[in-house]
Amino acid sequence: MEVNRKKIALAGKPNSGKSSLFNQLTGLNQKIGNFPGITVDKRTGITLLPNREQAEIIDLPGIYSLYPRTLDEKIVTEILANQKGEHYPDCVALVADATNLKNCMLLLTQLMDLKLPVVLVLNMMDLAAKSGQSIDIQELSTSLDLPIVMINARTGEGIQELKEVFSGSVVPSSKSVFKIGDEIKPLVKKIKEKFSLSTDYEAYQFLQQTESLHFLSREDRDYILSEANAVNFFPHKYQGAETVLRYGFIQDLLNKVILKTSDPEWKKFSYRIDKVLTHKVWGYLIFFSVLFLIFQSIFAWAQVPMDFIDASFAKLSNFLDQSFPEGPLFDLITQGIIPGIGGILIFIPQIAILFACISILEESGYMARVVFLMDKIMRKFGLNGKSVVPLISGLACAIPAIMATRTIENWKERLITIFVTPFMSCSARLPVFTILVALIIPENKLFGFFNYQGLVLMSLYLLGFVAAILSALVMKLLLKTKEKSYLIMEMPTYRRPKWANVGYTVVEKTKAFVFEAGKIILAISVILWVLASYGPGDKMQRAEEEVRAQSREQKVTEQELEARVSSYRLEHSYAGIMGKALEPIIKPLGYDWKIGIALVTSFAAREVFVSTIATIYSLGSTDDEQTIKGRLKSEINPETGGPRYTPAVGFSLLVFYTLAMQCMSTLAIVKRETKGWKWPLIQLVYMTVLAYLSAFIIFQSLS
Amino acid sequence: MKPGETGVISSFSDDTLSAKLLEMGFLPGTAVRFNFSAPFGDPVCVSVSGYDLSLRLEEASTIVILS
Repeated sequence: MEVNRKKIALAGKPNSGKSSLFNQLTGLNQKIGNFPGITVDKRTGITLLPNREQAEIIDLPGIYSLYPRTLDEKIVTEILANQKGEHYPDCVALVADATNLKNCMLLLTQLMDLKLPVVLVLNMMDLAAKSGQSIDIQELSTSLDLPIVMINARTGEGIQELKEVFSGSVVPSSKSVFKIGDEIKPLVKKIKEKFSLSTDYEAYQFLQQTESLHFLSREDRDYILSEANAVNFFPHKYQGAETVLRYGFIQDLLNKVILKTSDPEWKKFSYRIDKVLTHKVWGYLIFFSVLFLIFQSIFAWAQVPMDFIDASFAKLSNFLDQSFPEGPLFDLITQGIIPGIGGILIFIPQIAILFACISILEESGYMARVVFLMDKIMRKFGLNGKSVVPLISGLACAIPAIMATRTIENWKERLITIFVTPFMSCSARLPVFTILVALIIPENKLFGFFNYQGLVLMSLYLLGFVAAILSALVMKLLLKTKEKSYLIMEMPTYRRPKWANVGYTVVEKTKAFVFEAGKIILAISVILWVLASYGPGDKMQRAEEEVRAQSREQKVTEQELEARVSSYRLEHSYAGIMGKALEPIIKPLGYDWKIGIALVTSFAAREVFVSTIATIYSLGSTDDEQTIKGRLKSEINPETGGPRYTPAVGFSLLVFYTLAMQCMSTLAIVKRETKGWKWPLIQLVYMTVLAYLSAFIIFQSLS
Repeated sequence: MKPGETGVISSFSDDTLSAKLLEMGFLPGTAVRFNFSAPFGDPVCVSVSGYDLSLRLEEASTIVILS
């Protein structure tokens, strides 16, 4: 049953500690949803108030004012300016950074003019005190006619007091700050009456942001636009004047309440760190070392839990296989669904570790410096400094990476970032790389130091990165846009990351992967299982007799026979037929129909390549890398009489897997983020053609 | 301006950008300090209204400094 809970919205600028407060209030009682119709995460949670009432907390994206720039920001105005909307809060907690009150107050005065019941939450009072600042809270509260609560969102101090305020009734401030100019007053009045709004400022917002308020119907918007045109109302001009006026009010107020201003010395430490971290040599050196460290942690630390997940699912599948009676439904469960779920869960360790690293970098304030360092370089390629985060995330999984592009204001730069992120070698490519590299590259060392296999693996990652950067450049030249790109971004002071926040981010991103990508991977695994287990005619049923008849002359064990039967079945299944149909197309790349089947099944997730190859070559179990390697080595190409997996074929496959778009989940996310099939389709065609041509060139020149 | 210098904002040369800059605390009459620039000279880090911001050069150049 849906209870009628009090709705409390958290608003404030980025880096004000809003998310920490949200985590403090809701703990694990939080969920990420979507605002209907737009792709902005909706973070909501439940908190218990002292009066035993439950309240719903909604964490709004960080904004500086009601005039939004990014997709994320637009939603805030839409919620707060729509009194009839379902998300319209009963109370807004404006989280302000006490060390920098001035910038937080702009939004506050706007909320006051909207006559929203606001509580001013002063966060980071400890830092403010350290900086030598002292504020007359009593005076501030009376001047604004608002309740004020001081908290420390990192330690949880003041949270109880804040909850007390929430459980009482918060009323809108009686003060208003902005006086609407006389020349547009009649217009504002007209709109206010037409839409039966309760405040002038709400009507003024209707005028200012007509096109971004999606709750207004087309006719309503056209009505407002024509009215605005009639009196020559220019949003931008008025916006600037409004901001200046508000800051005037804020400055007067702060002059009154700030008893002692902060000593600029307290930031000295942060500046000293900046000297090193944004240095032209050290800065990049440190950034690349950090990247290297992240790499290391993904590969080294994630291996143990990944092996564990892999083994557990194999065991579970085996166990169920033995305890269930035979039948298509049980086969579906043991061979389709369970390995499918295993294939999703196996990536969790890498994704969790990567996002823990990224979240630590963001929490500490270092990420803003990375954006700062990389912006100029990235811009040359049509990207933005902020594209760095999605590109790094792409090393684990393109899905959360593409969702991370929402912070990029400029549509063209965001689109290019989305488009090229799947070139970054994600964790699903790694199992394929490992087996192929082990197969074609000797284990020797260059200068007795560098492992050849490691070098090849590294160059594959580099190849993906270069492909991403060059494709971005091409898109930059092709796409035309009038929208201006900018990078006005706060550089937060360095601070120690709060581990609880890191934890929540990891949980959130992992969940996004499991549910967004998971459902598609699972669905495709099931479809592929069907394709690989059924075939036309009665060949599938007669597989066993057929194989037995063939093998009568040879002495084969029962186990070998079984493996041969499954190989025979796969060959004559729908997937096998598709592989054979593909053969003429992929022959120039050096592949046969067996590899063709693996390419088809890779569409669920690339790493399926390994298990498909294992089944095709009649290997009972897929766990042992050595067995697969040995079997692939002895596979003969009937046309040449030599081995099938020559270095040429191996390299051609490696390049193909680096560049090809073989991930349905990514396509689905791109469709959602770009709101249509156009971009995912272009991406699919572009990447596949690029992969095909590159693999073709590699194979033809090496063989 | 050179790193370490402080100037006072007089006006803006770009109308669309000015709305955003005003919001972020670049107000005519306030002091702005050029802290340092990124390795290739762009973007730059400045202090204004009590906090630090990064701006691209082309954005920073729309801020007219009183001389």
